[in-house]
Amino acid sequence: MAKVGIPRTLAYYTFYPLWKTFLEELGFEVVLSPPTNKKTLDLGVQETVNDACVPIKLYHGHIMALKSKVDYLFIPRLVSADGKSTFCPKFLGLPDMVRFSRNDLPPIIDTTFKVRKFRASIFSFLNTVGKRLSASKASIIRGYLQARKAHKKYHFLLSKGLFPAEAMGKLNSSLGEISFPQSGKEKLTLAVVGYPYSIFDPYISGNLLQNLRKMGIGIITPENISLKNIKKMETRLPQNFFWYYSNRAAWGTLHLMEKSGNIDGIIHVTAFGCGPDAMLNKLLELEDKNHNQLPFLSVSIDEHSGEAGILTRLEAFVDMLAHKKQSEGSREI
Amino acid sequence: MGSTGRKKNGVKKLRVTYAHMGTSTIVFKSMLEEIGHEVIAPPRPTPKTLSLGVQYAPEFACIPFKLVLGTYLETLPEGAEMIVSAGGYGPCRAGFYGELHRRILREMGYNPKIVFFFPPLKKPLDFYRKLVKLKQGGSWVDLYRAVRKGFSQLRAVDDIEIKSHETRARELNRGDTNRAFKKGIDYLEEAKNLKEIEEARSEGLKALEKVPQNPDFEPLKVGIIGEIYVQLEPAANFYLEETLGNMGVVPRRTIFLTSFTRRDVVTHGEKEAKERARPYIPLVIGGHGQNSVGDVVHFAEKGYHGVVQLAPFTCIPEIVAKSIMPHLSKVEGIPVLTFFIDEQTGQAGVETRLEAFVDLMNQQRGNFSA
Repeated sequence: MAKVGIPRTLAYYTFYPLWKTFLEELGFEVVLSPPTNKKTLDLGVQETVNDACVPIKLYHGHIMALKSKVDYLFIPRLVSADGKSTFCPKFLGLPDMVRFSRNDLPPIIDTTFKVRKFRASIFSFLNTVGKRLSASKASIIRGYLQARKAHKKYHFLLSKGLFPAEAMGKLNSSLGEISFPQSGKEKLTLAVVGYPYSIFDPYISGNLLQNLRKMGIGIITPENISLKNIKKMETRLPQNFFWYYSNRAAWGTLHLMEKSGNIDGIIHVTAFGCGPDAMLNKLLELEDKNHNQLPFLSVSIDEHSGEAGILTRLEAFVDMLAHKKQSEGSREI
Repeated sequence: MGSTGRKKNGVKKLRVTYAHMGTSTIVFKSMLEEIGHEVIAPPRPTPKTLSLGVQYAPEFACIPFKLVLGTYLETLPEGAEMIVSAGGYGPCRAGFYGELHRRILREMGYNPKIVFFFPPLKKPLDFYRKLVKLKQGGSWVDLYRAVRKGFSQLRAVDDIEIKSHETRARELNRGDTNRAFKKGIDYLEEAKNLKEIEEARSEGLKALEKVPQNPDFEPLKVGIIGEIYVQLEPAANFYLEETLGNMGVVPRRTIFLTSFTRRDVVTHGEKEAKERARPYIPLVIGGHGQNSVGDVVHFAEKGYHGVVQLAPFTCIPEIVAKSIMPHLSKVEGIPVLTFFIDEQTGQAGVETRLEAFVDLMNQQRGNFSA
C-alpha cells in the first residue's frame, strides 16, 4: 500500500480529518509525522530560510521526519478556504519553498486548494488529488462523502469545546459516548487566541494550554466557536484581513469580547516575525482597549522560547487576574 | 475645522500630506497642489523618523510601515488634515496599512482623513469614491490635468534617475553625477506645464551627459529586485544605488512608479516577470514576491553580473522568494545577495557586504573572460 505523508502542523489542525479520511478511502496509508519535538525544530531551522517564522520552520522539520518514510508528500497549495480571503503568502508558496529546499524529497502532491463554495470546491479539489493518485471515480466519490462527514463531525466536536487532538481521537466514537468539557466551574476563563498551529502544538507553545488547565482555568479558543458565530462578525470590522486564519482569529476574538460575558482575560499567542500577526495583534489590542478593556497578554513564541519562561508569564498573568476578580468581588459585597 | 473657509476654484482646500517615496515625492507635491490642495511635503526620512515610527508601530510591522508612520507623525503636528496613500488588495500586508495607520493615529489623538487607494480594477467603486474624496469638490477636468502632468513629471524623474545610475559608475570626479542629478530634479520641480517638463527633462539629461566619464571602464551591471518601498526610498535602503555607483557598478532596479509604461531593453512588464517565475512560483503570493523570482531569471538572461534582493524584515512574500533564491541562483548562474532591512540594520554592514559582493562578481567576470 502506497504511503502518503502529512505533516502534523499548519493546516493539519483544520483539515486533517478531511484529508486522512479521503486518502484512506482511496486505499492509501496515511503517515502522520510525529508530534513536534526538539529534533523537528532543529531540522526545520536547518532547512528553512532564516527569516521565516517558526511555524514555517516547523513545517520543514515535519517534512524531514516524513521524507524517507513515505511515497508521496501531501502539501496542497492552500489558496483560499472561504472564497474571500487567502491564506498567508507563506502558505501560498509552501509547496515551492519545500520543493526547492532539498533534492531528496518524494513526489509532492501540491494540488491547489481554492474554495469558493465549500461543498463543490472541496469535491473538485479531492477529485484532482484522487486523479493524480490514479484512483477510480467510484472510490473518489465514496471518499469525498466519507471525508465530508468526518470534517463536519470534527468541527462539530471543536465547537463543543474539545481541542483538536481530543476531537481527532474521538472521531470514531458516537456522540453519546463523548464527554464534553463543562464550563462554569473554573475560577477563571481565558480566551487563548491565535492560529491553531501555534496554540495547539504543545512543544512550540511551551505546553501553554496544558499548563493553564493544570491551574484550573477554563480555556476557549477561536477554534471552539461555531462557524455560524464567527460568520456573524464578518461585517464588524471596517476592513477585514486578507488572510483566512487571521480573520478567523480576529472574528473569534471579537465574538468572545462582545458576545460572551464570562471571559476574564485574553492571551494572544503569536510567532516571532509573523507578518499577519503584526497587524492582528495591534488590532486586537486596540479593539480590546476600546471595548471592555480585558487584561491582554501577548505571548510570542520562537525557536528559543522555553516552557519555563512562558509558564512564569502565565502564572503572573493568572495571579493578577485572580487578584482582580477577588477585589472586584469583595467590592460588590 | 479651520479648513472650511479656505476655498479655491470650488475645491475645499485641505492641508494634505503623503508618504515620502524616493525622488518621486516631488511629483506628488505638484500633483496635489494642481488639484488645489495645500501640501505639507514630507521630509526625507531620518533616523528620528524611524524611531518615531518604531515607537508606535507593532514590533513586527515591516520597515515601510514604520517609516511611513514616522513620517505622518512628523507632518501631522504641522497641521496636515488629509493623508493620501495606496496599497494592493491582499495578500501582502501593505493593503492593510491604511486601516492600521488610521487606528494607531486615532489612538494617539490625531484624526486625519485618510484616503487609501486600492488598485482601481479590484475595487472600482471604492476607487471612484476615493477620487471624489480627494478632489474635494474640484472638477474632474482639473483632476485629469493634474494626474496627466504628474505622470509626465514622474516619467521625467525616472528617466533622469536611470541616466544618473549609468553615469555615476563611470564618473571621473566623485560627486559630479550627484550635482548634475540634483540640478535636473530642481528643474523638474519648478516646471509648470508639459512643455516645461519636457525642457527640464532634456536639460537634466544634458547636465548628466556633461559629467566627465571614463569611456574605457566597463562597469558591472547589477539588478535590484524586491519590495517596492525599500527599492524606491533611498533612506530605507542606505542609498544602495548611489553606493553601488560609487563602487563602479550600474544598478538597475525593477520597480519605477512608471514601470508599466516603460518598454526598453531592460524593463520587462509585470506579466513577463510572472511568466518567467512560473516554473518556480506558479501563483501570485502578494507584494512583489513572484516578480522577484521572475526578475532574477530576466536579469540572468540579460547578462547581468548579479542581483541584489531588497526586502523589509518580516516581509512575507519576499521570504518565500528568498527561500527559492539559492536554487534559482544555481540554475540561472547569477549570484544573488539578499538584504532584509529593519531598524537594526546599519550602513557599515550593508557596505561591507556590498563590497564583498562586488569583489565576487569582478572575480567571476575575470574567470569568464579568461
